[in-house]
Amino acid sequence: MQKTLTLYDTTIGKKAAMAASGVILLGFTIGHLSGNLKVFSGPEAYNEYARWLRTVPALLWGARLALLFAFLVHISSAFQLWKRNAEARKTRYTKKVDIATDYAAKTMYWTGPILLFYLLFHLAHLTFGGQLFGDAAIFGIEGYTWEPSNPYNNLVRGFQHWPIVVPYVLGVLALGTHLFHGIYSMFQTLGVNHPKYNHLRRDLAIALAALLTLGNLSFPIAVLAGYIEPTALRFNFPELL
Amino acid sequence: MAETQTLTLHVWRQKNANDAGRFETYKAEANEHMSFLELLDTVNAKLIEEGKPAIAFDHDCREGICGMCSLVINGYAHGPRERTTACQLHLREIFKLGWKEIWVEPWRANALPMVRDLVVDRSALDRIVQAGGYISIRTGSAPEANQMPVPKDVADRAMDAATCIGCGACVAACPNASASLFTAAKIAHLGLLPQGQAERMTRVRKMVAQMDAEGFGGCTNHGECEKACPKGISIDFIARMNRDFLKAMAAARDDVKTP
Repeated sequence: MQKTLTLYDTTIGKKAAMAASGVILLGFTIGHLSGNLKVFSGPEAYNEYARWLRTVPALLWGARLALLFAFLVHISSAFQLWKRNAEARKTRYTKKVDIATDYAAKTMYWTGPILLFYLLFHLAHLTFGGQLFGDAAIFGIEGYTWEPSNPYNNLVRGFQHWPIVVPYVLGVLALGTHLFHGIYSMFQTLGVNHPKYNHLRRDLAIALAALLTLGNLSFPIAVLAGYIEPTALRFNFPELL
Repeated sequence: MAETQTLTLHVWRQKNANDAGRFETYKAEANEHMSFLELLDTVNAKLIEEGKPAIAFDHDCREGICGMCSLVINGYAHGPRERTTACQLHLREIFKLGWKEIWVEPWRANALPMVRDLVVDRSALDRIVQAGGYISIRTGSAPEANQMPVPKDVADRAMDAATCIGCGACVAACPNASASLFTAAKIAHLGLLPQGQAERMTRVRKMVAQMDAEGFGGCTNHGECEKACPKGISIDFIARMNRDFLKAMAAARDDVKTP
């Protein structure tokens, strides 16, 4: 049946939706990292930052809803394209050599779901940890309980335990790999290309992927190396309860 | 003396689209100066002598410009040499790589259905061109050449896109069997030139809609097509198609129907 062509009918439209939502999510990961780097400024600065994020609930929930929307668009268009692409070649090659595909491009369909599962784990751990675990040990890790007014300790003490560190490191590596292909791909999909500046697309993808990977890995490394330690200070922030 | 070798060929044989298809193995005497298609010719000569059906494969000019040959050779569309069609692939290139055993498969994509053996039906690509890959003009006598100036670099880029011979290697090499590079090249070689401006925003929408309707996959920016393309057409043209398409969808005042 003939109908008016809409953006979302087409593979290019779906890719554009994926790229645009990806930009929002990338923006969040950058903001998230720069906020968390405050952990190196000490417990007061870090906890004050956590409190500040929650001072205007409308903004907090607005941002959360925008991110949720971006996630839904990103995942649903990825799923639809994946299904279409998988069906486009029913008989597979017996022999096929990939000449240009890099590791990141080849693993996009894996790093995506890994990130989703990691994200759920991460939210359960540090965002909803208080509601989920109450006074019980977090994820059953002995001696690791939730401190409602002290996100600094919830973070730092978590990285003293391998069941938190291992999924975290895997999640961060998946993020870096996903972004390496995703950022370059975003330019190509949205048609941002010019021979004078094309090399910058790869450079930017490498720089941002490296920044986000190394930046996020700095937290468990700093804790495990003993550079950052839990604080004995007491905090009382009603916003964080 | 020309170097010769005995090669083992595993060739995809399939009677028609309903047949399951299988590899059959042949020994072939290979001469370094032969093209890959000539190697198949020698196998076919023997098969015909034995009264067996010859291997069906597409070929026409054998000069690398018609776009008929379409073989995936040991996992490479058109074989391992860059910017070379299967008909222009000489066996010395195969000897250099030390390949003794070679698997020959057809293009594999749902949108390019099986006809027989190594021949697939590429009319889906023609239908994409029919959807908008033309310029509607009065075709009278040739206009004065300098009436419509085209800068050299623009003409060169249009020509880079126009080198597409429509062989479909981009579809064959793409992990998603996407025809993005083909479609993008056909859109760009018209869209870059002044004569192509009038229909530019309609053309891109119609051709993209047709490309999707044919059941090709989408682009995931892996870049396999660019490497497989015997004419070395750049994926920059895909970015250009995406830009034109998004611009057309956002700004055009008329609608385009799905095919």
